[in-house]
Amino acid sequence: MGLRNNDIMNAPISENAQLQKTEASLYAVLLDWGTRVGLVVLVLGFAAYVLGVVAPHVSLEQLPQLWNQPVAIYLQKTGTPTGWGWLVHAGKGDIFNLFGIAILAGCSVPPLLGLIPLYLKRRDYAYAGICAAIVLVLVLAASGVLSGGH
Amino acid sequence: MHRSQEPHDPMGTMNSLDSCCGQPALKKLALLARALIFLAMLTLLDGPVHAAAESVVPSSSMPWWFWPLALFVTCFFIGIVAVPAGIGGGTLFVPIIGGFFPFHLDFVRGAGLLVALASALAAGPLLLRGGLASMRLALPLALLAAISSIFGAMLGLAMPASLVQILLGVIVLGIVVLMLTAKKSEFPHVAQPDRLSSALGIHGIFIDGASGQAINWQVHRTPLGLFIFLLIGVMAGMFGIGAGWANVPALNLLMGAPLKVSAGTSSLVLSLVDSSAAWVYINRGAVLPMVAVPSVVGMMAGAKIGARLLNVLKGSVIRKMVIGLLLFAGFRALLKGLGIWV
Repeated sequence: MGLRNNDIMNAPISENAQLQKTEASLYAVLLDWGTRVGLVVLVLGFAAYVLGVVAPHVSLEQLPQLWNQPVAIYLQKTGTPTGWGWLVHAGKGDIFNLFGIAILAGCSVPPLLGLIPLYLKRRDYAYAGICAAIVLVLVLAASGVLSGGH
Repeated sequence: MHRSQEPHDPMGTMNSLDSCCGQPALKKLALLARALIFLAMLTLLDGPVHAAAESVVPSSSMPWWFWPLALFVTCFFIGIVAVPAGIGGGTLFVPIIGGFFPFHLDFVRGAGLLVALASALAAGPLLLRGGLASMRLALPLALLAAISSIFGAMLGLAMPASLVQILLGVIVLGIVVLMLTAKKSEFPHVAQPDRLSSALGIHGIFIDGASGQAINWQVHRTPLGLFIFLLIGVMAGMFGIGAGWANVPALNLLMGAPLKVSAGTSSLVLSLVDSSAAWVYINRGAVLPMVAVPSVVGMMAGAKIGARLLNVLKGSVIRKMVIGLLLFAGFRALLKGLGIWV
């Protein structure tokens, strides 16, 4: 039978510790996998990029004249899109690296989503709501709605 | 209770374990943050004029491959010293790379956030499994800090690089002061939890690895803690330097969480805060893989070595060296921002 938030608050220390351990274990497993996948994609993508296996959107020789410019000028000179526009050029060596970066930046979402049913089962609506709110913030940030990416 | 050894931190993100400050220092930190936000707001209003007048970083005559290689090597060494020094790699990354490499600060901050994020993500599962990071403590704080970090990142990208350099210099020199005046409380006394933390059930137990004792903990001053984390989020997003140096004092000295729980929970908060801020930089095109990837990989490899050298290297010596480095990088950022040493 699920515990209410008040039950968690008033739960004996050992029971509270057990509940927190369950949350932590679930979160840790999902976060661990997300991070590993992100890092593998990042390293492989970068190797393909610098070894010239996949042609880049901005040539390697051109980069030193561009990376010292403010981002607005860099984007203007290279025609690199903002927001999720990079998906159109995902086949290019440099842009492909954004997949690994996006996985790392988004890999906290699955663990948070995984916690919501756990909290709901315990009728811990406050924490289910907090998890949902963080997911919403991350999704809005990723979408570019909050950060002006579009 | 005796003081115990610091927890094992293979990725170097229990970054501010030694860099906690006293209560007055915490107030100074909050004041500094408020002043920065005020200054940033003023700048944002005047942003386009400054941005138009902004100069680029002098370019280099070296071949393209030299710089990612130099980044990897530099970050590898930063990673090695960051762990024994008890400071996050991201805190060293932005002032050093921003000061001495030919990349624009926009790209350096984007990479800095990813460096801090990757380190926090890599350490997170270990800390959670070890009972050193508390989900119940981290989640409410991370929610507010994640929201404000988006705001901070947008402010940072709207401001001219010269002003960000000046503010960065001030922040880095402030971190040096915090490190020099560092105090910490292994097990702060919390007589009575506040209403909010009671309502949210923020308390727990962890087994101290050094003494083998089970430590019960609870927190107080949660509303003030939430407010401080709002400010911390703004700074993390604006400068891309991670915020463990501010998280740990806030959790430990202000809210009364044990030092090890504070350090572990800080890493968990960072992973969420840096994620939301990183998306702003990604969406604005300010993440350049050629800058970000060698930095992330170099820092993580170095942190692994640093963790293994924990017992070999003399922590106090490394710490002094890092303080010296931060001082130099902080002054460099200030002078670069002021146009004195470009």
